Amino acid sequence: MPWTKVFIEKDETNILQSEGLRVLSFRNALKEAQAQILTKYPEAFLMGEGVDDVGGIFGTTLGLVDQFGKERVMDIPLAENGMTGIAIGAAAAGMKPIFIHQRSDFLPMCFDQIVNHAAKLHYMTGGQVHVPLVIRNIIGRGFGSAAQHSQGLHGIFLHIPGIKIIMPSTPYDVKGLLIAAIEDENPILFVEHRWIYDYMGFVPEEMYSIPIGQGIIRRNGKDITIVALSHMVYESMKAAILLEKEGIDVEVIDPRTVKPMDEELIFQSVSKTGRLIVADVACKTGGIGAEVICKMIERNINLFKVPPVRINFPDTPTPSSPVLEDAYYPTVSHLVRAVKSMV
Amino acid sequence: MGTEIPAGACKFYIESRVINPKEDDKVMGRRAKNLSDENLIDLYRTMIKIRLFEEKIIDVYSAQDMRTPVHLYIGQEAIAAGVCLHLGPKDYITTNHRSHGHCLAKGMDPKVLFAELYGKRTGCCRGKGGSMHPASVEHGILGTSAIVGGGIALAVGNALAANMRREKRVTVAFFGDGATEEGIFFECLNFASLKRLPVVFICENNLYATNSPITNRQPNSYLWTRGGIYDIEGYFIYDNDVLGICQKAREAINKARSGFGPSLLECRTYRWKGHVGPEEDHEKGARPKSELDLWKNRCPIKCFRNYLIYSRKIRASLLNEIENTMRHSIDEAWQIGKNEPYPDQDELYQNVYFQKTT
Repeated sequence: MPWTKVFIEKDETNILQSEGLRVLSFRNALKEAQAQILTKYPEAFLMGEGVDDVGGIFGTTLGLVDQFGKERVMDIPLAENGMTGIAIGAAAAGMKPIFIHQRSDFLPMCFDQIVNHAAKLHYMTGGQVHVPLVIRNIIGRGFGSAAQHSQGLHGIFLHIPGIKIIMPSTPYDVKGLLIAAIEDENPILFVEHRWIYDYMGFVPEEMYSIPIGQGIIRRNGKDITIVALSHMVYESMKAAILLEKEGIDVEVIDPRTVKPMDEELIFQSVSKTGRLIVADVACKTGGIGAEVICKMIERNINLFKVPPVRINFPDTPTPSSPVLEDAYYPTVSHLVRAVKSMV
Repeated sequence: MGTEIPAGACKFYIESRVINPKEDDKVMGRRAKNLSDENLIDLYRTMIKIRLFEEKIIDVYSAQDMRTPVHLYIGQEAIAAGVCLHLGPKDYITTNHRSHGHCLAKGMDPKVLFAELYGKRTGCCRGKGGSMHPASVEHGILGTSAIVGGGIALAVGNALAANMRREKRVTVAFFGDGATEEGIFFECLNFASLKRLPVVFICENNLYATNSPITNRQPNSYLWTRGGIYDIEGYFIYDNDVLGICQKAREAINKARSGFGPSLLECRTYRWKGHVGPEEDHEKGARPKSELDLWKNRCPIKCFRNYLIYSRKIRASLLNEIENTMRHSIDEAWQIGKNEPYPDQDELYQNVYFQKTT
């Protein structure tokens, strides 16, 4: 189906266009989702450092200020924790803020407000108050961005009850999931990856939402399951194509939301393949991979034919030098090698 | 009036002025000129309600069936009462771990609060908040943070929402002197002033954060000046001066409501009990007893009562009657709250996430 397909190469989307289907980049799908949200919900607003500037958060908010004004596309002071608290207070009073961080690395500055406040308010008030707050945050990569501009920190928040975590990979999903996030009215960490902004895909013009907690099979296969997140979905699809030529049939699952996680979909797949790789855009220890593998073992300790594998950033801070960067990031060939060692 | 400084007392005690109700009659009279006898009696009733509510906690706490850490407000009642007198039900407040006084002054039912303290299903938060996290949407209390300074950001957010919806609601943030040391306090002052939000910051400077005197924590005690760098007007109100609080709070609230932005009021006060629990700090040697005795001498309720009787010619018997009626109703509220049913254990898993009712 066009809405489930991952297009690795830009010219592949020509097929869609030749069929009369609408094609947008991840970036523009995100912008369209925000514009539609702002139009439909008067209580929604965007806030973040530079949301209204010439860069427009890598183009994802570009021009929205002209359409919706400075109050609803709000540039803010550099006060991440305070502004998160203010967003929570506004959300508790009935607004629907989308707080945008140009890098996920700024989330630790808001840790108190996200963990102690956003995640707890609904529970602590006995359900009287809820916090419809979406926190868009973007994982950076490359060009020497180094240790404070390249982290994926979603694993830390996986531990916190009261927060949901969404990690879209395709243009279709980013639009549908952002709309779902706004409509869900819970505190939601919406984790994006800078390197998928230019990927293209089918995106309908109307508003639609994708159920939170529902993963998707990107590619059917019988030999091994790769659970891939965000940018790793594309890397895994590329690996799957290479491996197909060698007669290895890879199933790629994109959970799309990691909290809640579509455990059943992964379980069904691994029950079939008996082999599991979890590929994430974050460091290894204590991350999503550990949780996925643990959940599978809890369900059936005999599930695996070979020990499961995690493909992650190594447990080091991100370096700056291009040579060290190359050594740091797992690539398609890492995935291919891992798969070959397992089948 | 000469004042002996108790050994070990907080330095700022020296600057404190001992209020003599009779000497201050003229000042008080001026401040009270906009307040009817009815307003003044309301004020008195609110202070009495807070005092008796918490004295009840002290009476029953040793039974250990009220299983929640209580941070008592006794000695500080003038602030919550004086500020909330000017607020309507739609106005928002945020409080902190020392929450009971603000909630009662804003109109929460003591029995619902008692039920919460006892962890009962009919408590304001169905037993999920306890003493440190009360909430009541109908009273404009949209959740309480016990992380110092957390409530300040919630308040500014409440005010932002009101502003964006062009509502005439005012938000009051109550917090202590310790919160003015947190970064979030300054982040919030900056934003509230930048957007001219309808918020009033009320700093209750009781001179101590747990056991740490403010002299160990800040180079000076002029907390009312802290908003100056952001063009926020600040005022200092002397020790438990309820009419001073009333007057300045009214001005600040009216200013906020009229769209002229935030104000910061530092109300100096003193908590009589320990940071947490019903004991007094001198029992453990945390503070000198003589310091407490001096502040008890300027008890906000006692001073105000004297003023009402001697200057406003309100009959003592009327005030006694208010106190007796309140005592009866607090006892009754306690009985009801205590005897409510506990929540079912499966409620543990409810309210982690908001679920839309379709």
